[in-house]
This record gives sequence, C-alpha cells and structure tokens, in this order.
Amino acid sequence: MAEEPKPEGPPAAPPPHGEAATPPVKPAAPAAKPAPPKPAAAAHAAPPKPPATMAATPWDSDLAKEIKERFGDRIVETSTYLGQNFVVVKPDAAVPLIEYLKLEADFDYLVDVTAVDWPKRAERFDLVYILYSFARNERVRIKTYLAESYKPETAVNVHLTANWLEREVFDMFGIEFAGHPDMRRILLPEEWQGYPLRKDYSILQQDDRWVQENLGIESGQ
Amino acid sequence: MPDATFLDSTELVLNMGPQHPSTHGVLRVILKLDGEKVLGADCVIGYLHRGVEKIAENRTFAQFNPYVDRMDYVAAVSNGLGYCLAVEKVLNVEAPPRAQIVRVILTELNRIASHLLWLGTHALDIGAITPVFYCLREREEALKIFEKYCGARLTTHAFRIGGLLYETYDGFEKDIRDFCTMFLPKVDEYEELLTNNRIWVSRLKNVGVLTADECKEYGVTGPVLRAAGVQWDLRKAQPYSGYEKYDFEIPTRQNGDTYDRYTVRMQEMRQSVRIMRQAVESLAEGPIMGKVGKVIKPAVGEAYVSIEAPKGELGYYVVCDGATQPYRVRVRPPSFVNLQALDRMVRGGLVADVVAVIGTLDIVLGEVDR
Repeated sequence: MAEEPKPEGPPAAPPPHGEAATPPVKPAAPAAKPAPPKPAAAAHAAPPKPPATMAATPWDSDLAKEIKERFGDRIVETSTYLGQNFVVVKPDAAVPLIEYLKLEADFDYLVDVTAVDWPKRAERFDLVYILYSFARNERVRIKTYLAESYKPETAVNVHLTANWLEREVFDMFGIEFAGHPDMRRILLPEEWQGYPLRKDYSILQQDDRWVQENLGIESGQ
Repeated sequence: MPDATFLDSTELVLNMGPQHPSTHGVLRVILKLDGEKVLGADCVIGYLHRGVEKIAENRTFAQFNPYVDRMDYVAAVSNGLGYCLAVEKVLNVEAPPRAQIVRVILTELNRIASHLLWLGTHALDIGAITPVFYCLREREEALKIFEKYCGARLTTHAFRIGGLLYETYDGFEKDIRDFCTMFLPKVDEYEELLTNNRIWVSRLKNVGVLTADECKEYGVTGPVLRAAGVQWDLRKAQPYSGYEKYDFEIPTRQNGDTYDRYTVRMQEMRQSVRIMRQAVESLAEGPIMGKVGKVIKPAVGEAYVSIEAPKGELGYYVVCDGATQPYRVRVRPPSFVNLQALDRMVRGGLVADVVAVIGTLDIVLGEVDR
C-alpha cells in the first residue's frame, strides 16, 4: 500500500503522526483494527493524516516524456522526491529501459542494484537500479515492484557491474535473476539457508545448522 | 568457479588467501594459472560480513551512525560523512557552515590517512620496505588530530546527523596548518623513493590496465577511474558540504595502469592538502549543529546520497517509512564494486602481478563484505 502516490499534501506540518503502531489512541477507531481498510467515519477527524506514502511530485522533463512515449503503459510512474528523479516500471520493462537509457540517453554507469522488502504488499519487493550519466551529470532511479516468485531479467548483458550487485540481491533477498551467468550467493556461505535482509528474518536469526556443522559451535543467541 | 584440475592439463588452480598478507584482509582469490600466466581469478568474499544493513533496520538513525565507521575502517570519517548527508537529505536539513568546513577538513585529512596506508602497504607488497614506515609515521600525525578532536583514532564517529557534536579543540587550526606544512615535503620524499625507481616502474607500468570504457562498464570509480582518463570526482561533479567553494584539481592520467593509479593518488594527497588549507582559512565562528530534533524521524520517502570516498563513490540509499528507524539502508560500497574488476585486470598477466593489482585497487574488506 505504500506505492500509490498521493497527488499532493506536503508532509511537513501536523505533529500527531498517527502511525499504525498507535491505534488505541485514536478516537474514531471502534471498528476492530483499522489497518488497511480505512473506516469511512474518519471524515470528521480534524487533522489530515500525514501521507503514508512518499510525497513525490511528478517528474517533468524531456527525458521523462521520452521514456513515457517509448514505453507507454509499462511506465507506472515518473516522479521526483527531494530533487531525485525516479521511474517506476513494470518488472518486464526494467532492463529494456536501462538498456534504452544507456544507448539513447548516455546513462552509462549502473551505480547500484538493490532491493527493499515490503512483506505486506502483494508485490513484495522493490527492485531498485540507480543509474548515472557522466555526460549529463544526472542520476535516475529505476524501481520495479516484484512478486515473491517473480524472476526478473538480469541486467548483466547491459552493464557488467550488475553481476555482483545482483548476486548480492539474490544472497540477501532471494530474488533470482533470470539469465544471470553466475547466480550464486556472494557474501554468505553457499549452503546458507534463508535470506537475511527480508523483513521476516529476525536480526538474531541465523542458520544454526550451518553454524554448528561448519564452525562447530552452538549458537549463543 | 574454475574447472577441476587434471594432472595432464597445463592448468593449475592456485588458492590465494583468505589468510594471505598481500590480500589486505580476508580476501580469497582462486587463480587459474597456466604456468606464470593468469587465466582467470574468482574472488570469494564475505568472510567479514557482519550484516551492517540488517543492523541498520534495527537501530535508530542516530544509533546506526557509529556502525558505518566499521565498514571502511581506514576512512571512517568519509563513511560517517556519507551517512550523515544521506539522513540529512531525507530530513531535508543541512549542516551549518562551520560544521561543513570542519567536516571537509577532517574528511580530507582522512583521505590522506587512507591513501598513506594504501601507499605503504602497496609498496610493501611490491617489495619496497621503507615507504610503509614513512607512511605510517605521517599517518600517525593525522590520527593524532582525530584523537584530539573526538577521542578516537580509527573508528572516529566524528560527525552527527545535522552537524557536529564536538566543537574543535584549542589549537585545531594550528594543528591542521602544521600538518599541511609538514606533509607536502613528505610526499616529495615518498616520490623520491618510488616514482622514478626502476624496479617500482617496471613492476607497475602496463600492469592491470583498465580502460575508461571498462571502468564504466564495471562501475569502477575513484582513483581507478581517474587513472584511466575520466576526469570525474563527485566533489566537483555533484558538490556536497561546500566543496564547490574550494579551488582544487582532479588529477587524471591516461593509461589506466597500476603506475597511473599510483600517481593519481599521490597527486590527490597534494590536492587534499590544498583543500584543507583553504578550508581552515575560511573557518569562521558559528553554530555546529543544524535544526535536528532529539528524535530523528524523517517523513516517508527515500533518497540516495553519495560522496567521493578515498576509494570511489560511496553511496547510501535510505528508505524511511515514517519511523525512528530506517526501513532500509543500502550501502553502495566502492571497494565491493571495484573488486569485481579484478578478474579483468589480472587476466593475461603474470601471477606476481596479482598482488600488485589487489594493492592498486585499494580495497578494504570491511567495506567489501559489510
């Protein structure tokens, strides 16, 4: 639910941050847990809720227009937040867009590939590519929302640097990249079970069996 | 993974590390050799993985600040600067001018300290014993300034989100000026030992060449990129902390070999002195902490902020969900990305040059593995 951009409403002012963590304090909340389905009665609540989504504004530029023209409805959103531009695309358009930006718009440096886990969302992962253009001195982020089982296409054929970066995403989140030449874990041992940067992986959790078999110690945690 | 080795083939698989003095930490390289010639190198990393990004999600923004020092621990100040700038970005605040200047001074001092450690150990790997003593001698002076400023020498935790915690100590300016005066002749001294030394030159020239296009392809940044002829430095390209106010050059070279990377870093140390001198002159009285509340709670959103660390582009991608803890902190480490190019750089070269190439990449395994 963190994705649809609220068209307006600066987040700055209202102090009562009605976060999901404090439902009992709110007066108009008799109806069970008002987490996702907002009760219609909330209309009378005076302070406007601070947006639970990023207060991004549309990204207005020639490049954004070009991208939209070229990729049509596979572009979900072109926005700006804190002066940083990002494009949200359908999963199958991410790599074609990166290739297009590299060939047609000089975005020749893939800075980073990473992911963010949103376990409550239907499309569980944000997959984020950060691109930079030496010629334009400009950055753009490509974001796409992935379902847990979805296997995104690898970007290695466009930028070699994606090789290790995607391996790290696989290692930490379990997102498998289709067509990757070497889809192995990179930081953790190859036999390790679990993906540590997923939100349901507790910080104290570890692969006890691996630790015991390979290090010969019982976990102290 | 290299293929299995057979006695009747000419291929030999040689395991280098993780406990090897020239890998500068726990890096394991599996080398595929044909006699002296390197056919390929496969890096095995992760020995120092501590899950820094996971820890970030379980600490408040301020609590996570000291952890970043433990990634690139020879350039802890740069790490801290990058993180503070990233959180300041999502908070939409800026450090006051005085804090920015002190940050620049300490970061440049740290760049010198980091380059000195690189130079000393790199020379030691090649077989020159003396420079490491000289370098550590001067690095000690830099670390003493850190110690006087914040009490720590290595993992300094020098900066805070929004500015600085500590005002500079009495005599800080003098110490910086003295260091600058003392240091420049020392750089000449190192260069006298190495730059025209025949063994040094023949061990470094045309070794581990990485062209500009290959650098971009591999996402390699920092001195490695500049040695290949790309005049790109984030301090100039996208200035932060007031770097646009200082007059300095971006040293570049053309060949992209190990020797050029050496000269680029030597010149960078001189440029750092130049920046520090200007910064210390412009240091005026003023507040050192910006308007940041006791509880750091950025609005829902995200930002990617990167700085020119001694090793290259160090980026922080911070995602906030409106809580006092970051929802996600991604560190874009220069060492990790640069190390990926090792295979390309050593392939076709001699096995003895692998050591030179690992040295010239200037990686810190704490940052590679996080």
